Amino acid sequence: MAEFNVDPYVDLYARRTSGMSASEVRALFAVASRPEVVSLAGGMPYVQALSSEDVLEVVESVLAERADAALQYGAGQGTPALRERLAMLMAEEDTEADPEDMVVTTGAQQALDLIAKVLVDPGDEIVVEAPAYVGALSAFSAYEPRFLQIELDDDGMIVEHLEDALVKGVRPKFVYTVPNFHNPAGVTMSHSRREQLVALCREARIPIVEDNPYGLLRFEGAREPTLRSMDPHNVIYVGTVSKVFSPGVRVGWALAEPGLLRRLILAKEAADLCGSSFTMLVTERYLSGERWRANLERLVDIYRRRRDAMLAALVEHFPADASWTHPAGGFYVWVTLPDYLDTQAMLAAAVERRVAYVPGTAFYPDGRGRDKMRLAFCYPTEDDIAEGVRRLGLLLADEQELYRSLSG
Amino acid sequence: MRERIAVLAGGHSPEREVSLRSGHRVMTALQSKGYDAFVLDPGEEPFVETLSAARVSACYVALHGKDGEDGTVQRLLELLGVPYTGTPPFPCQVAFDKVLAKEALHAAGVSTPPWVTVQATALRDLAAGPILHQVAERVGLPVVVKPSRAGSAMGLSFVDREADLPHAVMSALSFAEAVVVERRIDGTEVAASMVGSREEPLPLVEVVPKSGVFDYAARYTPGATEYYAPARLAPEVTAACHREAARAFVTLGLRDVGRADIMVDARGVSWIVDVNTSPGMTDTSLLPMGAQSAGLAFPDLCQRILQLALSRAAPAEDAKS
Repeated sequence: MAEFNVDPYVDLYARRTSGMSASEVRALFAVASRPEVVSLAGGMPYVQALSSEDVLEVVESVLAERADAALQYGAGQGTPALRERLAMLMAEEDTEADPEDMVVTTGAQQALDLIAKVLVDPGDEIVVEAPAYVGALSAFSAYEPRFLQIELDDDGMIVEHLEDALVKGVRPKFVYTVPNFHNPAGVTMSHSRREQLVALCREARIPIVEDNPYGLLRFEGAREPTLRSMDPHNVIYVGTVSKVFSPGVRVGWALAEPGLLRRLILAKEAADLCGSSFTMLVTERYLSGERWRANLERLVDIYRRRRDAMLAALVEHFPADASWTHPAGGFYVWVTLPDYLDTQAMLAAAVERRVAYVPGTAFYPDGRGRDKMRLAFCYPTEDDIAEGVRRLGLLLADEQELYRSLSG
Repeated sequence: MRERIAVLAGGHSPEREVSLRSGHRVMTALQSKGYDAFVLDPGEEPFVETLSAARVSACYVALHGKDGEDGTVQRLLELLGVPYTGTPPFPCQVAFDKVLAKEALHAAGVSTPPWVTVQATALRDLAAGPILHQVAERVGLPVVVKPSRAGSAMGLSFVDREADLPHAVMSALSFAEAVVVERRIDGTEVAASMVGSREEPLPLVEVVPKSGVFDYAARYTPGATEYYAPARLAPEVTAACHREAARAFVTLGLRDVGRADIMVDARGVSWIVDVNTSPGMTDTSLLPMGAQSAGLAFPDLCQRILQLALSRAAPAEDAKS
């Protein structure tokens, strides 16, 4: 008799990897990435909108003029010139940022990882929204926190719920929020909620991690101030160029108080010494001058039309007892179905019908969200969006018929 | 000249990812044995043209799930006249469909847990939902609810309470147009695989998932399940499992390769719960473990399966054709 040792490392893995396992949903996404499937699942920016001449010119000029620097290690914090450009992006949202207070990261995702690495011990509590960005949940999970999820509504995080939790003695290390065009919920935190949250956290001395990837992708309405601009000393700001330029360059940043910033830079250097000098130079140069602005305008226009296509298709094809959010920007619509429908169980049938979405359960660490789905309108064309939503609508009608039969 | 072999892997089924892993592993093994092996994905068009142009000596079928395991691809290969590994189209079709396979096994007297079939059309068109109460009564709780046509435990759920049955049925119907509601057998889970000879299965592989349930995560996360080969069963129980598996292979007409999943209950009775015509060949798959336990290393195993297909190749016609 022999015990088969499929993985010789099995007894060696750190506890923090215990949640990393194969999943049926991921297996289905492998099929959903096929061309015949309309994917409303992934949040891929529409990089095709970029002018290829612009990009080529920038890349060529970096290699022609700065090859030595581009192909060399760089500073862990990122170059001052790039940080100035990133501060300029923040100024677009009326947020002051000193480039000295900034660390450039490998996408905003690394900033989330570093913040948790520096602040979270196993068992510490951290506050996230319900639902919450799945990438943040996986980045934070590696540090074994306990998640406290605070519900959100059309005005963003319900700050009263957080207040109740604090009154009951919860002492989180930080509060993580995506205030603008939330991923996955599509909602934007109202002005009064922002004031409430900032005041509450300041008083309780709990830092806020403000993740703002979509802030510049506003389709309509007045811009809300960033939390950072409302309380620079208690808000750690996380930004990215993925949505205004390209996710392929992997350039994001964190803005924090000097003490925390020092640790973030050291943690960043420990993780990867420095970001890619090449793509950082490309990004710096792309963001110099005005071409990025023209691209952003183009993107906002494209995304607005795609959002409109999705909302129109939802009205036409989704059942009357489903509801969804109406994002004023960003990438996502969040759908709530009648509670007897299970979006995770339904995914295989959806893929069979050549359409994909992300089941709501991905956005809750505790298994909730079975009656929710995230639909992304950023990547497919308006026609594909309409067709994808139509296919989903037919599936939902069949599922409802099935349920009615089964429930007698 | 080295023989050119297309390893078919990928496809459109929910098991695409698993199949690609099986396929790459088989390809590497065959290359190490000197074959000019490459992976061909029937999910990438144009499959038929690419295959015809490749002028292969045989196809190694490493597809799992719909299209690849249900006879569809096998029918194409028959038409193209390309020798392939594994079971012919019609037996594939029967074995892949649990509704048909269970009927066939039962009729042949092979021991398989009591079950009832529920079809989506009955529920939708005949409003037969209330029948679920009788289903639970007939089969007896707890039950396992399985899609008729799926693999890797996808869409499968265990139900202890009648109230949970509708949700489980809906989940399984996401994968197929019918579900099998089967009495749950508690006990030891083993797999009996065969290579070449249906009457002589390989040593049993015992499966002990740490979570208690051999679901998708337990199957494909290394370390999530403990495997023992040969299984830690009494000799007479092992013999009974082999006997039952062999009868299942013969009844369903499997060829070259196959795997029967068996539950051994507390009294030592063995029950066939599934039969696979295209068993997984990944690093956590059961057939390669059974083979290894019999002294057959993975590259030798792949070569042996391939040779069975090559031996069926028509003698070469004259060069003009």
